[in-house]
Amino acid sequence: MRTFEKVVVMGGSWGGIQASIGVLKALPAGFGLPVVLVLHRLRNTESDLQQIYAKKISLKVAEIEEKEPLTPGCVHLAPANYHVLLEKDKTFSLDVSDLENYSRPSIDVTFMSAADVFGKQVIGILLSGASKDGSAGLKYIHDKGGIALVQDPTEAEVSTMPESAIKLIPGCQVMNLGKIQEFLLSIA
Amino acid sequence: MKVEDETRFEQEVEELMEQVHQQYGYDFRGYSRASLYRRIRRFTGNAGIGSMEQLQRSVLENSYFFEGFLQEITVNVTEMFRDPSFFLSLRQNVLPLLSTYPFIKIWDAGCSTGEELFSLAVLLQEEGLLDRTKIYATDVNQKVLRQAKEGIFPASNISAYTAGYYASGGKYNFSEYYVSNYGSLKFKSYLIKNVVFYPHNLATDASFNEFHLIVCRNVLIYFTHPLQERVFKLFDESMVELGYLGLGKKETLALSSISSKYQLTDKSNRIYRKAG
Repeated sequence: MRTFEKVVVMGGSWGGIQASIGVLKALPAGFGLPVVLVLHRLRNTESDLQQIYAKKISLKVAEIEEKEPLTPGCVHLAPANYHVLLEKDKTFSLDVSDLENYSRPSIDVTFMSAADVFGKQVIGILLSGASKDGSAGLKYIHDKGGIALVQDPTEAEVSTMPESAIKLIPGCQVMNLGKIQEFLLSIA
Repeated sequence: MKVEDETRFEQEVEELMEQVHQQYGYDFRGYSRASLYRRIRRFTGNAGIGSMEQLQRSVLENSYFFEGFLQEITVNVTEMFRDPSFFLSLRQNVLPLLSTYPFIKIWDAGCSTGEELFSLAVLLQEEGLLDRTKIYATDVNQKVLRQAKEGIFPASNISAYTAGYYASGGKYNFSEYYVSNYGSLKFKSYLIKNVVFYPHNLATDASFNEFHLIVCRNVLIYFTHPLQERVFKLFDESMVELGYLGLGKKETLALSSISSKYQLTDKSNRIYRKAG
């Protein structure tokens, strides 16, 4: 398996599916980093989110199974009704503990866990959403020396999530989707 | 926390888990670390504990404190009819076959506060099997077992539970199964008259009976591979030929040494059958 140093963690809620597709569609199948995508989803509802992505982007898309390894060139999708955590051996753990910010999966949980394991090698990206989930996690990434990117709220379908992050993290970088694409292409 | 602080935190957790094992007999060596660290951080944050030294003293010197700590670091969050499709599949694919036995034994392993247990009992009642089924409900945590026996759940979840009941093939009015009072739901006690509650630790205890169906959902996600392997062997030893195993939606038997003996009955709901 290809090795990798960095990991991309991306979160969104309302408008997050379209925004994440906007970023990911530009990445080639050979993209050298794993992407972990946490979107707020309905619990106990079957959905074909995976198929929606598969049609629109060239990266492999897979809903996370417990203990699965992080894989470069793969978009790992957080499953409905589980929190997603990262382990030191670069595998995923799932967790059904309490909702965080009324959410499971919670973006904060995954962002913090990624920062605990990967430290400054984390690129955290917070997209459109009608929730404050993700802000504390993105701050945690930033505090540990990782990169904190926030979708430009003027471009986001719902600006609550990006605005909340910008307020909490003065050092974050605000970019539109095109700039986020360029940035990811430049580092992988 | 800086990298060195993080490393020290992890070392201190490992020491504490070693001491907990020696003093109380609970073995957390096989637990996935990311979840364990997160829950310990949450526990110390919520309990206002400033340092690992303080946590260590309280846990080791006060067994009541330890019980609360144990409650927090073993995840006990559960809901009725979580993944209704799993229960629908039990109803359609598993219970009709179990009904051919004169007497049915089910193990609900890691039953926590009992929401899954009562969901199973409702299913068995509606399929006419409750009277000839004995359910063994076990958990490592004795406090949650006491709660499970009470069968009292917060009423705030009722709309989600009712939706889950119907999505899982519920045939009647869900409200027939409980009495609502004081913001709580008390489920009727006939549902668990054939249930025995036992403390059982999947990490250390042995097989204690043979079952036609073992349900263990979203428990193995907290275990490392070696501990998962132990638990799968334990389940296999506790399973009759042609018995069924139900796992959580994201858990799999695929990587275990017993997988060759089992066939998938329902792939998306992770229901397996022992096929010799």
